[in-house]
Amino acid sequence: MTRGAAGPTLVLVIAVGVLVATGVTLLLERSLTRILLGVILLGNGVNLLILLGGRSGAAPLVGSAPSAAMSDALPQAMVLTAVVITFGLTAFLLAVAYRSWYLTGDDEVQDDLEDRQIVRLAERNEVSTADLGGEGPDNDPEQVDPEPALRRLRRRGEEP
Amino acid sequence: MSAALVPLPVVVPLLGAALTLILTNRPRLQRLVSVIGLTTTLAVAVALLVEAYRHGPVVVRVGGWPAPVGIVLVADQLAALMLVVSSAVTLCVLLYSIGQGRGETGETAPVSIYHPTYLVLTAGVTNAFLAGDLFNLFVGFEILLAASFVLITLGGTETRIRTGSTYVVVSILSSMIFLAAVGLVYAATGTLNMAQLAGRLDALSPGVRLALQLTLLLAFAIKAAVFPVSAWLPDSYPTAPAPVTAVFAGLLTKVGVYAIIRTETLLFPGGQVSGLLMVVAGLTMVVGILGAAAQSDLKRLFSFTLVSHIGYMIFGVALSSVAGLAGAIFYVVHHITIQTTLFLVAGLVEERAGSTDLRRLGGLARIAPLLAVLFFVPAMNLAGIPPFSGFLGKLGLLQAGVAAGGTLPAVVVGAGALTSLLTLYAASRVWNIAFWRAPRLATARPAVRLPGLMVGATAALVVLGLALTLAAGPLFRVTVDAATDLRQRTPYVRAVLPVDVP
Repeated sequence: MTRGAAGPTLVLVIAVGVLVATGVTLLLERSLTRILLGVILLGNGVNLLILLGGRSGAAPLVGSAPSAAMSDALPQAMVLTAVVITFGLTAFLLAVAYRSWYLTGDDEVQDDLEDRQIVRLAERNEVSTADLGGEGPDNDPEQVDPEPALRRLRRRGEEP
Repeated sequence: MSAALVPLPVVVPLLGAALTLILTNRPRLQRLVSVIGLTTTLAVAVALLVEAYRHGPVVVRVGGWPAPVGIVLVADQLAALMLVVSSAVTLCVLLYSIGQGRGETGETAPVSIYHPTYLVLTAGVTNAFLAGDLFNLFVGFEILLAASFVLITLGGTETRIRTGSTYVVVSILSSMIFLAAVGLVYAATGTLNMAQLAGRLDALSPGVRLALQLTLLLAFAIKAAVFPVSAWLPDSYPTAPAPVTAVFAGLLTKVGVYAIIRTETLLFPGGQVSGLLMVVAGLTMVVGILGAAAQSDLKRLFSFTLVSHIGYMIFGVALSSVAGLAGAIFYVVHHITIQTTLFLVAGLVEERAGSTDLRRLGGLARIAPLLAVLFFVPAMNLAGIPPFSGFLGKLGLLQAGVAAGGTLPAVVVGAGALTSLLTLYAASRVWNIAFWRAPRLATARPAVRLPGLMVGATAALVVLGLALTLAAGPLFRVTVDAATDLRQRTPYVRAVLPVDVP
């Protein structure tokens, strides 16, 4: 931080930018370990950003300096809280990554269910059959509707 | 006297969590402590709502520090109403999960972890509702997120870890955006107390103000699962245990909606981004419900209706008129109850029939008539069939939209009506396939009676949904009153800062 109220130095601002940018880049990876590193870098970048928001100056102890020359203690308190929270979340994410590696042999984030279903259907060259209204009755005589006449006739026309 | 009540909804569940953690080896006592803790929270919340309705916001200064310096907890009508609904719902879900643990068919969840985590989750939700400054709101969010991480990966099976990792990463990212926004707000204004921010943000230059508003909105929109950033929800919720999914669906997204209502009324009034919010609300409704129409799994289908109906609330906020806000608040109350009920019913279906996959279900109405009733009432309520509260909420919002005039509100009103119809389609599709056709079960096990506590808790929530219909008149009066207070801002600001602070 700088002395006086001129605002943060350019170096610190650039540091925030670099930390956030590398964090975001790593977040876009598929491996949970890299995502974890991304989260850590991003968290540090954001914490540094909060720290830059307050006034810099002498240590905020009553009597050690005139109150106008003291630094703002509130962002420091907030950053301490945020660091603890980020630490906890990081530890949890690490546990998830380890568990994922333990169960599947790697820590790669897989495609979600919907994507995999669509890929499977595309490979088999089928259309989605999500609407099951037609396949319902299951030979329940009470509920079987007769087949529409048009379709019946058309099928009879195809067979011969 | 009443001020002493305000911290209780946060403190009681946290103390309960500590106690239940100590009582790990005494499951019966552990359950008793959780139930007593949440019942107390519900009673306190009702008392707070009465107090806030009669005499205006109840404020407590934590540690006795005066407002802009110390932390305040504020229970105005909106916060108190949210507290009442959320604690009622969490209590019902707790009873349901106790019933599930006792039942023969219940999966063997590590109960010793479940109760403390559940109570911490409740404390996080109530803390977010009561928070009087932005950083405390962030802490509330983090408490509930950390607890939800544990609950969503409960048991640590492969599917839960896979979906849980998506949920964890997305949540952490949204928290980081929120934290960055908090830092920027502090840098721009030098305070985080929301009452003080209301004055100081008005004095900022419009560009800075808009940037801060959009950053905060992005963070809350991810948490509330608003359309462009909603894709994480339907993939991560359905794999968790039924009561966990139910409480997540009911509460966690609504905490995001609550935060959006707060920022849009108290911090950034004037509807600068109302056009953007309206577009997003319309897209959320339509895209969400189209997703629901294409699903073949009960839980996934309900996750999509959850996303879709968030759009109604955002629409009410975007209108930023008293009628719109009142409709949005009413809709939040209705939707918390109904969506939780539907997920609990999905849990009952899984318990009874062995699956929630529509392709493997059929004829449940004949096998389990009570279950069919428990599904039918909330499903029709969600779709907005006339006598129910879903209809009243949608009617209120659409009327507010028509009253606002203009092309964009008219288009979104049309989208809302369409969404309502498509919800009816999705609900009746589930009814036809799972309940109406020839009986077919996914399990070969002989039928076991469903645990009475599970059915009882679900029935209680269905009745609560019906009570919302019967008590819609008084409830609307409260929401209109809350919306008027929100629009004026002065009741909140005056309650927190009795003397003017620049």
